[in-house]
Amino acid sequence: MSEPVLSVRNLRLDIPTGAGTLHAVRGIDFDLERGETLCIVGESGSGKSLTSLAIMDLLSKRIERKADKLVFDGTDLTKAGAKKMRALRGDRMAMIFQEPMTSLNPAYTIGDQLMEALLLHRKVGKAEARRRAVELLEKVGITGAERRLSQYPHQLSGGLRQRVMIAMALMCEPELIIADEPTTALDVTIQAQILRLLVDLTREMNVAMILITHDLGVVARVADKVAVMYAGELVETGTAKKVFDAPMHPYTRGLLRCIPVPGKTERGSELGSIPGIVPSLVGKVSGCVFRTRCEEATEACRGEIPYRESAEGRHNFRCVHETGRRAGVEEPA
Amino acid sequence: MPGSIRVFGWLEMARTADTLLEDIQGPTPGQMLRKRIFGHQGLLFGVAVLGLLLLVAIFAPLLAPHDPYAQDLLARMQPPVFLGGSWEHPLGTDHLGRDYLSRLIYGARISLLIGGFAALISGLIGTAMGVAAGYFGGRVDMAVTFLINVRLAMPVVLVALAIVAVFGGSLQVVILVLGFLLWDRFAVVMRSSTLQVRSREYVTAAQAIGCSTSRVILSEIMPNIVNNLIVVVTLEMAHAILLEAALSFLGLGVQPPTPSWGLMVSEGKQMMLFEPWLVAIPGITLFVLVLAINLLGDGLRDVTAPENRS
Repeated sequence: MSEPVLSVRNLRLDIPTGAGTLHAVRGIDFDLERGETLCIVGESGSGKSLTSLAIMDLLSKRIERKADKLVFDGTDLTKAGAKKMRALRGDRMAMIFQEPMTSLNPAYTIGDQLMEALLLHRKVGKAEARRRAVELLEKVGITGAERRLSQYPHQLSGGLRQRVMIAMALMCEPELIIADEPTTALDVTIQAQILRLLVDLTREMNVAMILITHDLGVVARVADKVAVMYAGELVETGTAKKVFDAPMHPYTRGLLRCIPVPGKTERGSELGSIPGIVPSLVGKVSGCVFRTRCEEATEACRGEIPYRESAEGRHNFRCVHETGRRAGVEEPA
Repeated sequence: MPGSIRVFGWLEMARTADTLLEDIQGPTPGQMLRKRIFGHQGLLFGVAVLGLLLLVAIFAPLLAPHDPYAQDLLARMQPPVFLGGSWEHPLGTDHLGRDYLSRLIYGARISLLIGGFAALISGLIGTAMGVAAGYFGGRVDMAVTFLINVRLAMPVVLVALAIVAVFGGSLQVVILVLGFLLWDRFAVVMRSSTLQVRSREYVTAAQAIGCSTSRVILSEIMPNIVNNLIVVVTLEMAHAILLEAALSFLGLGVQPPTPSWGLMVSEGKQMMLFEPWLVAIPGITLFVLVLAINLLGDGLRDVTAPENRS
């Protein structure tokens, strides 16, 4: 296998607060190959967005970023200075934000904003940048692209704006796109279109993508790899098929029980839920963070938690139990 | 996969719907802006009066019937035309026999010069401080907030009086004193506007495409807060003009024989009971100028406010 585009080892993010240090993200590991889609799933506040901002180095200076390894396409991001990061951002790594309503600047036309990244990073003329902008707008399914260039963001609907954001991210043909809940703010009919578009384009252009979402339905449809995040840790990672077919970590199993499956979930039957709330991450965090809500929790969950590889490989989870279940308990059919 | 077929179905539908939309024509942004400008009476009045006074100030030597400094002690205190005076001196003469209309016309230069430059200097200082505080936060913000509080604790007129008393009153001194004293409102407004805008996603998005800090501030944040700036500029311009008049009235602003409206009020005040027009004419002119500037600022805010744009 070739060198991964992005390689992250033991990424930690600490936020100093009045009450002590908040360990928002603790020890994240993953590799991303070219053209691959990694979905990071988790509930609100689990550190998904922080992780993506940390890769782009867009966190506020207050937040402390540490990592054993953070290598993007041969560049060590932990050592890259502000100038080097600026050269990478927008050119080699791009980002798509959650809110299409606020992620475009209301003071400029769509065309200006599309061309900005290209003009900033490449030695191209305005005409060339314009041609590329039109080409990409057509590619993301916007009709009358030429005319759209002179429009302002408020003249576009949410779905159109998110298409523009996607086109913007693709302007410089980046190696990596980070999409932070790109469909959350859109209505359901548009969500599927935008997602399909994003996935098709990244496959076609061989761009690696980190898709951050809390929608497991989305993940099942588009992901190559899945990373399940809980309270700042990746509790389970693996190929999408393995994670969905044989979820090992109790949290992943709990999440999957929460989604109704057409044809399988009976009308009137109760959907699963995970009781309890995410624990506070201020101060020293030890043992399994999920133990307060876990059905399988035992005394051993307070201690060191091993990072296990499941029997078939390429699928890891963090649990004291060898199979993700307490010994001697059978899954009810 | 049935799911994906449905997805592509939606995509096709969206495309056809979009071509239908192309036939719908609306007014262009330019047309809408023009409509808003010409529908705003306050703005039109402000622009008209301020434009007129600007022209008067620029072409003062051509418009003034007499030399504003020339004294004619034989023709002192002549009443204006509407009080039975002659057309030789349409607005009469003052206690030294100088033509009142000419002094009024030259006085427009002083007022506009002081208003413009004081607003420019304080605008530069206040905007730089406010934007820096709002954007960088933390210690910078603390320092700027402290400076704003220090400045707000100083009574402008008293400080201006003290400085002018030490350095002597002249046009330059008055401009500098007002410029260095009136930046507080710029700093406060720009700080809060920047705070509001900097948390928007498009600012992060600009950083995410590799923009430098200065570029983010100048080309992402500034265009979105400049309409607030324009309003403060007009307010502070009016403020500076009034303060200059007040300082001149107290005898510590522009020094005689320079024709300043505040000075004219001051010189006329001894005769106020017998010849009230000596005070009323420069007073009314001052009032009209300040009103015009404020109406202009209000109008500009209404016209450029984003909620009126759509």
